[in-house]
Amino acid sequence: MLLAILLNVGLAKLGAGVGAGLAAIGAGIGIGQIGGKAVEGIARQPEAAGDIRANMIVAAALVEGVAFFAIVISLLIVVL
Amino acid sequence: MILKKFWGGFSSFLTTAIIAVFLLGTSVAMANDDSHTTDSHTEHAEKKGFDAGAMIFNHVLDAHSWHVMDIGEHAISVPLPIIIYDQNGSGFHFFMSSRFEHGHAAYDGYKLLDNKIVRESYTEHEVATAEGEHAEVAVEEPGILDFSITKNVVALFVSSFIIFFLFVSVAKTYKRRKGQAPSGVQNFLEPIILFIRDDIAKDSIGHKYEKYMPYLLTIFFFILINNLMGLVPILPGGANLTGNISVTLVLAMFTFVITTFSANKNYWVHIINMPGVPWWLKFPLPLMPLVEIMGVFTKPFVLMVRLFANITAGHIVILGFMSMIFIFGEISPVAGYGVSVVSVAFSLFLSILEILVAFIQAYVFTLLSALYFGMAMEEEH
Repeated sequence: MLLAILLNVGLAKLGAGVGAGLAAIGAGIGIGQIGGKAVEGIARQPEAAGDIRANMIVAAALVEGVAFFAIVISLLIVVL
Repeated sequence: MILKKFWGGFSSFLTTAIIAVFLLGTSVAMANDDSHTTDSHTEHAEKKGFDAGAMIFNHVLDAHSWHVMDIGEHAISVPLPIIIYDQNGSGFHFFMSSRFEHGHAAYDGYKLLDNKIVRESYTEHEVATAEGEHAEVAVEEPGILDFSITKNVVALFVSSFIIFFLFVSVAKTYKRRKGQAPSGVQNFLEPIILFIRDDIAKDSIGHKYEKYMPYLLTIFFFILINNLMGLVPILPGGANLTGNISVTLVLAMFTFVITTFSANKNYWVHIINMPGVPWWLKFPLPLMPLVEIMGVFTKPFVLMVRLFANITAGHIVILGFMSMIFIFGEISPVAGYGVSVVSVAFSLFLSILEILVAFIQAYVFTLLSALYFGMAMEEEH
């Protein structure tokens, strides 16, 4: 009975949806932290704004890459 | 004074916006009209609604012909050559994909099923799952090697031609104008090339950076041009080449191979017998070396998935907003019009974001490749 519930495709898709949402939360928190610290750094030293901006964008791309892993897995669950 | 200037500018923007919505709304209305006039003459009795999932996947995945648009039930597409090698005896087959008539006809003993080429005798079969329901098996027929010139291959040819033409002409200009100030396209490319040389290669690799400059420049511009071309909605753009995991796999493999071949003894010592780690993590059970070896493979794998997921996800989201117009339009044309304003605004915003993502992904791929090269060549400190 439990196995039947667990093997239900609908439950898998629910899991995919929840996973995608958690990925969005993770990306939001991560990039929010990056942005916040970057802006703080610029406020402390406005001359370094260009350097800080470049590093912020690189770090944001890397964090988004991790979030996209979770998105790809969720898409695979829905499609396969 | 300022108010008058602002008001003048605002009204011309408003006019443009209204015209844009009207034109878009008209085209949406025409597209929706078709869903009422089809289907009494086709094989299926049910009314086929708008399949957003199918539309999105058709745009994001590879295909054997380049589909441009649908006028009513008639699909307008550019046929592409199909080249298959049948290992079960018949050898090579060359024909145009128009023979398949968008999947409705078989030709030469082959037919198109689920975007794959299979033999005419292939039938989809189902397997019984544990609950007694039937699940469809993915289309799989071994023995047919598909070397066709698909949509992605044509896009690859086009972007390679663009890159080749651009850089060969700039190189010739440099040779011709030695010692003079840059002119024309040189002005556009020189800052980017110098940026890659100074901020990416020199900082990451060190003094031996020149050997790696051709590769870094190539992948940067290859990824950038292909990302940007994927955003152009009409032929020859819109083919989502860098969103194809096979392409990103090859790029990541290049980085992996170059890292491995340019690695010095120090690199391998740090993987197998890293200094500063207690002996019981290396012997008898080599836990740390195992982790490090996994790291050697995860790094290019992550490069591959990052580029693929970023580009494909961007396309899927933009296409999703566009399909909202059609989904709401099926409920009622008025809803379609209303949603179209919001949808187009969001799609525009996302397209601009995707241009930024195109640059960032090219930059991150190149930067990380350079970092891996630099880490492989690090001397002992």
